[in-house]
Amino acid sequence: MTTVSLTVNGQSVTADVDPRTLLVQFLRENLRLTGTHVGCDTSQCGACIVHLNGQAVKSCTVLAVQADSSVVTTIEGLAQGGELHPMQAAFREHHGLQCGYCTPGMIMSAVDIVNRKGSDLDEQTIRAELEGNLCRCTGYHNIVKAVAAGARAMVQTPLQQAAE
Amino acid sequence: MTDTGIGAPVRRKEDQRFITGQGRYVDDFNRPGQAYAYFLRSPHAHATIRSIDTGAALTMPGVLAVFTGDDLAADKIGGLICGWMIHSKDGSPMKAGPHPALAQGKVRYVGDHVAVVIAETLAQAKDAAEAIVVDYDVLPAVVDTAQAQKASVQVHDVSPDNTVFNWHLGNKDATEDAFARAKHVTTIDLVNNRLVPNAIEPRAAVGEYDPGTDSYTLYTTSQNPHVARLVLSAFIGVAPEHKLRVIAPDVGGGFGSKIFIYAEETVCVWAARKVKRPVKWTADRTEAFLSDAHGRDHVTHAEMATDENGKILGLRVHTIANLGAYLSTFSSSVPTYLYAPLLSGQYDIPAIYCEVDAVYTNTAPVDAYRGAGRPEATFVLERLVEKAARELGQDPAEFRRRNYIRQFPHETPVIMTYDTGDYEASLDKALELADYRNFPERKRESARRGKLRGIGFSSYIEACGIAPSQAVGSLGAGVGLWESAEVRVNPTGSVEVLTGSHSHGQGHETTFAQLVSDRLGIPIDQVSIVHGDTDKVQFGMGTYGSRSGAVGMSAIAKAIDKVIAKGKKVAAHVLEAAEGDIEFKDGKFGVAGTDRTLGFGEVALQAYIAHKFSGQDLEPGLKEGAFYDPTNFTFPAGVHICEVEIDPDTGVTRIERWTAVDDFGVIINPMIVEGQVHGGIAQGVGQALLEGAVYDDNGQLVTASFNDYCMPRAIDLPSFQVGMTVTPCTSNPLGIKGCGEAGAIAAPPAVINAITDALGHEDIAMPATPQAVWRAAQKARMPMAAE
Repeated sequence: MTTVSLTVNGQSVTADVDPRTLLVQFLRENLRLTGTHVGCDTSQCGACIVHLNGQAVKSCTVLAVQADSSVVTTIEGLAQGGELHPMQAAFREHHGLQCGYCTPGMIMSAVDIVNRKGSDLDEQTIRAELEGNLCRCTGYHNIVKAVAAGARAMVQTPLQQAAE
Repeated sequence: MTDTGIGAPVRRKEDQRFITGQGRYVDDFNRPGQAYAYFLRSPHAHATIRSIDTGAALTMPGVLAVFTGDDLAADKIGGLICGWMIHSKDGSPMKAGPHPALAQGKVRYVGDHVAVVIAETLAQAKDAAEAIVVDYDVLPAVVDTAQAQKASVQVHDVSPDNTVFNWHLGNKDATEDAFARAKHVTTIDLVNNRLVPNAIEPRAAVGEYDPGTDSYTLYTTSQNPHVARLVLSAFIGVAPEHKLRVIAPDVGGGFGSKIFIYAEETVCVWAARKVKRPVKWTADRTEAFLSDAHGRDHVTHAEMATDENGKILGLRVHTIANLGAYLSTFSSSVPTYLYAPLLSGQYDIPAIYCEVDAVYTNTAPVDAYRGAGRPEATFVLERLVEKAARELGQDPAEFRRRNYIRQFPHETPVIMTYDTGDYEASLDKALELADYRNFPERKRESARRGKLRGIGFSSYIEACGIAPSQAVGSLGAGVGLWESAEVRVNPTGSVEVLTGSHSHGQGHETTFAQLVSDRLGIPIDQVSIVHGDTDKVQFGMGTYGSRSGAVGMSAIAKAIDKVIAKGKKVAAHVLEAAEGDIEFKDGKFGVAGTDRTLGFGEVALQAYIAHKFSGQDLEPGLKEGAFYDPTNFTFPAGVHICEVEIDPDTGVTRIERWTAVDDFGVIINPMIVEGQVHGGIAQGVGQALLEGAVYDDNGQLVTASFNDYCMPRAIDLPSFQVGMTVTPCTSNPLGIKGCGEAGAIAAPPAVINAITDALGHEDIAMPATPQAVWRAAQKARMPMAAE
């Protein structure tokens, strides 16, 4: 067993784990943060995306020990102070989800796209940047709309707050 | 229409938990003391098992038990069943080979279940599975659909030539006559490619046994938990029905693949009692590829007879349908009664004859996948229609228009009676939205850039809302296909609806609540929808075949009517009026012609306190149930137009425009309906351009991960232009037709018709990958090169 210490959704966590434990297993089984899903085990589908030190990673392909001393944000940690993150709200408003299984990874990926590419995203950029996320339900049409709207809302929200 | 009633684009109630990571899927359930199951699967497509040595595995760390087929047999656990009996032309019943949950003596496809290890952790179970020694006598495999009946390999003893049944439908003599009179005959040979459903949530099961009550609980990724319980108890014999609770919580997509009762949940619930611990199994993606029921896999030769004006006279179809190594739960119905009855499409075709040979092969079982038989029928018909129009030099839209059914009800030669529709309205709207008029200019513009542009139509019909129980019973179904609902009104006036439908992405918590809100005049947040638990909902047939609206909601509407009727009796006592004078309108019970009213909540309270009426005259309480049996299938229909541009140098096909105009009858929530259309189109485009399950000659699935099986990604698809026309369904009280499968049915022929239009020849198969399209484009260029 190996000891890992990391910060997950703002909470410090220390645990002894089998060295082969994947980050997604650690999140789901040790911490019972079951919002992060496993869809393919091979880094193809993106259902397991979390933010590791501020960057999107596929947690099915990261060992828990690799995340030692890191800061992890999962879908459960995205909303702040009881308010939905603008990207979460956009997925609901634009019907960017059906069964909900790919949704946590999709939202975490979308936030990462905005962090990397800015808030003014055209359709082709969004479609290209979602290459690491599979959805079988929506045909992506409404996901693309949701990401565009969520991206705009992510910059508007702090501005609005500043104006208030 | 209120802002939450029928027709309103209400944002989904279920989304809050899904967008915050609070959904509860089967793999999220962890039961106290839970152990883990791992299945050892056959690496061979076809082999006799000489022996299985589990000795070493049993000594591995953490191992609680290792079971094989012999252990299941010793406990008299039955095999998996196929619930739809098909008879061959000669009247003989289909040849159903045994389907044990764990192999007994033989394995018949790669991924077949050989043994199960139960251990403290999944890693330990996997480690131990590697220590099981299986001595196989490897046999040659039969894989190819078209060759299965000629193969020397025999999958099941009951079927020497691997034929499950030779079935037919239609009028052979009338069809022969039609072809004899034809001015022109169009022929086509098609392969409908095998697909893997690939819901993003893999299948999973947790079995649990309570010795105190001698009862079992199964958490399972099911589209129809009551059917699972019925099959597991009545046929497989795992537990008595009243001692087995089946819970299908949030389910991450189904598309048909989670209808069926599989080996894994059977073993988990049985093993829970054996090891006295809850037993959990979750598929990894490769297990899903290997062992989820696949879809499609037809080889078809079809002919269409037309007269000198381009009027269709007759249709003749011969299909070989691959059902894989075993008959899955509803597999036999898919290439028969869900296929041939759709071959008339939207057209007035006087004579149709269809023959289907279903075959065994050493491949994963094939069963219903989004559309289930209807996409296969539509692909045959719409490819033929497009080709016939081209051969006759007619515009494909006008050729279709000339042959549309215009009088309803319309009886087809293949046992369907369409209640209503307006196919020209959909066509006209689609032509307008697609700017068909200016397509030639766009084609010329593409040509100037060295690109090939094509346009393709699909004028599809589907049969949804399966179906009148007596009718399906007469066709071989082992179950009735009604739906149940219970509407429980609480004393405070809030409402719980228990439904036998199951939601795995469809948004029932919202749409069903919209119906209740609309009918009872109460706010939508006062309504909860309960589904997916056999201890809560008495019985139900589940969700597939786009039946939850047409059948499931009709049951709810029927129960609501009973609630209103009972409420009127209560209100009559409270308002001291005759029951016949009580009206229910806008959420209020009132005395006709007066301003005396009671709110719905007030009547609910009065029903429960029962102070204003004698409990001898009127039962207290306000709770009503209903079973609704449909009177017909419903017939959604529409026109999809796909416009593609092909780069002949790379073979890459880009979908430039997608226009969908669908008639789903009355729509409860247009936002959700459009979402269903989008998703269906994506799966249909996936089939046409990207997806294909490929077995090699030895029966190895060479597309067993997302690395090898090409799933549609965002970049592969355009945004879709979706329009609607409405002719309300006449066979159910809500006028609903169903929308869940339309896109997957309509899309494949639209894509291939567009590609063949661009190429100028018909020689392309699905999936039309860049490599295949490039080759086809070179063929198209060859005459030019010769000039």
